Amino acid sequence: MTAPALDELVRDRRIIVCGGSGGVGKTTTAAVLAMRAAEAGRRAVVVTIDPAKRLADALGLDGLTDEPSRVDGSWPGELWAMMLDTKSTFDALVGKHAADDAQLQRILANRFYKNISGALSGTQEYMAMEKLYELAEETDFDLIVVDTPPTRNALDFLDAPARLSRFLDHRLYRLMTASNRGVLRAVNVATQTFVRTVARVVGADVIDDAVAFFQAFDGMEEGFKRRAKRVQERLRDDDTAFVLVASPRRDTIDEATFFAEKLTEGGIAVRSLIVNRMHPRFDDGLAEATAQRADSLAGTDLGSLYRNLADFQLAASREEENLAGLADEVAPAPVVRVPFLRSDVHDLEGLRRIEAELFD
Amino acid sequence: MNPTEYFAASRLLIVAGKGGVGKTVVTAALARAASMAGRSSLVVEVEGKSGLPRMFGQATPEQSGLGYDEQLLRRGGGPDGSADITARTITPDGALLEYLEDHGLSRISKRLVTSGALDVVATAAPGIRDILVLGKVKQLQRAAVADVIVLDTPAAGHAITFLRSAKGLLDAVKVGPIYTQARDVLDLLEDHERCQVILVTLPEETPVNELVETAFSLEDQVGVGLGPVVVNGIYDDLDGLEADPAAAAEQAGVTLRPGEAEVLAEAADFRRHRIELQTGQVQRLSDLLPLPQVRLPFLFESEIGPAEVDALARSVLGAIEALDAEVQLGSPT
Repeated sequence: MTAPALDELVRDRRIIVCGGSGGVGKTTTAAVLAMRAAEAGRRAVVVTIDPAKRLADALGLDGLTDEPSRVDGSWPGELWAMMLDTKSTFDALVGKHAADDAQLQRILANRFYKNISGALSGTQEYMAMEKLYELAEETDFDLIVVDTPPTRNALDFLDAPARLSRFLDHRLYRLMTASNRGVLRAVNVATQTFVRTVARVVGADVIDDAVAFFQAFDGMEEGFKRRAKRVQERLRDDDTAFVLVASPRRDTIDEATFFAEKLTEGGIAVRSLIVNRMHPRFDDGLAEATAQRADSLAGTDLGSLYRNLADFQLAASREEENLAGLADEVAPAPVVRVPFLRSDVHDLEGLRRIEAELFD
Repeated sequence: MNPTEYFAASRLLIVAGKGGVGKTVVTAALARAASMAGRSSLVVEVEGKSGLPRMFGQATPEQSGLGYDEQLLRRGGGPDGSADITARTITPDGALLEYLEDHGLSRISKRLVTSGALDVVATAAPGIRDILVLGKVKQLQRAAVADVIVLDTPAAGHAITFLRSAKGLLDAVKVGPIYTQARDVLDLLEDHERCQVILVTLPEETPVNELVETAFSLEDQVGVGLGPVVVNGIYDDLDGLEADPAAAAEQAGVTLRPGEAEVLAEAADFRRHRIELQTGQVQRLSDLLPLPQVRLPFLFESEIGPAEVDALARSVLGAIEALDAEVQLGSPT
């Protein structure tokens, strides 16, 4: 059985998650995949994280907000784009689980809560997945493409929902609130000492905020846990395809390989590997032979021309060597190579040039 | 200016930039440049996984990372009189354990880390992880473990968040040892004599935009001194690339194989076009940001080992020698 090509994923799947390290063109790639779906007649939305202003410009939008904006274009389907807002996504999630408005307001006003979206690691990853789930459940988009934060460890966001659940259900929380609830009198002097010591290090105010938060949150843990479980199931659904985006530089390939290994550990297969910014291969000559030729002609124009060709032959062969192990790791997923483009992407035409490289 | 002066004792160089710009390679080149100038350096990385040992010809495939203990990357001495380069990791958990033990709280330290309570504390006081790492760096700097400390900042996080952590924490925490720690770190960051941030970028549109934005935010929000900007990955220009291959072959008295002229012309055109784009972006960076630039060549040999690091370090030294002493000493702008 052969693995489906990238085009099939774009036409058939409900969800595509683009993962990989920073600076490899992940956001632009996600936008192009969604555009491809629109061209195939689907209603597609792309959710970006921290996009460069250039991408919004390229899509002809003034800016991206946390509500989908429709992108004008001559395709039979529809293309929508939006940006993840971690804080408002979290607020909405709390709103879903709060028993009443009073509880919601207590939490939203809490200083500790306000810190969570910025400070608790994994929160951005979790909210990306939460937004994805929400769009999948509550909208009728045919395809949802999500860009992900530049996470080094894939488990950070595969685990993120569970980690937040664990956090909210934290032992320290129980320790800290126990004395107030009065039910766990067995929570004893040692615990109080522990909390007092923590307070000594970071200040008592800080601990008070945390305790107030956990008290306000009381009763919502179960709802959070159930939803986190559904989000994780959705990620592993057959209808969801994971696309890994990388560049052929040695260090990013190492990171991508690590990422792919962790995904595999987490029970998720990479469906396609997209490698951006490949150096062109002008012929199949060997760098060493060409370099020797350049040396023997040193000082002449022809020598420079050979030197230049040798440089690119070396770069291209190193890139293929770098890529080989990663390609094995994600096999049988197809590897799609995208060469350096002649200019940066400034408009839909620019996105179409990438599309041509990805799909033709 | 004289590189030996540049890497004067007690200097902390903080290398920052978005993912994919080659921050770790630049970190290695800076450390090696210091070593060539006779200054010992300690490289600190914060993620527990780094290609540094490999760049210095040290790693086996199984053991490629760095540990919490200092590790010698390159021994100094020899005819060129270079100095030692060492490296270590500082993780928030490791720094916290050490911090608690130093403050007589070892009783709870293990428990705080293993119970995951650090997550709760870190959320209660955002920036505490970064402060623990920076606090440890400050301690090493004060102990003068090396002439220069080169800090490779986290790739995923933004340099601004990392460096702003001290200020942010001072707002949240008003008393106690963490307050003191944050205060200390801020003093170090704001001391332009002892500490410089080296921003790294690529000669491309978006990285240049992001670097300019970061530079202004760092000056406004953190008050750190900015050192020279490193523009990484610039294609070397070659004379003669505009020549027509057939004519060049005739001139050299060489016969080309069929199709070879086209291949040579295509490759030359590609490089000329990239150089043109890059030159435009480097110029744009100069226009937008009045900081001296250290330009490092693109390495077609992407497997970076000691020879490549040496070559980059020599580029760094050349650029430092060309620096105007007054501009670069981080005098407030």
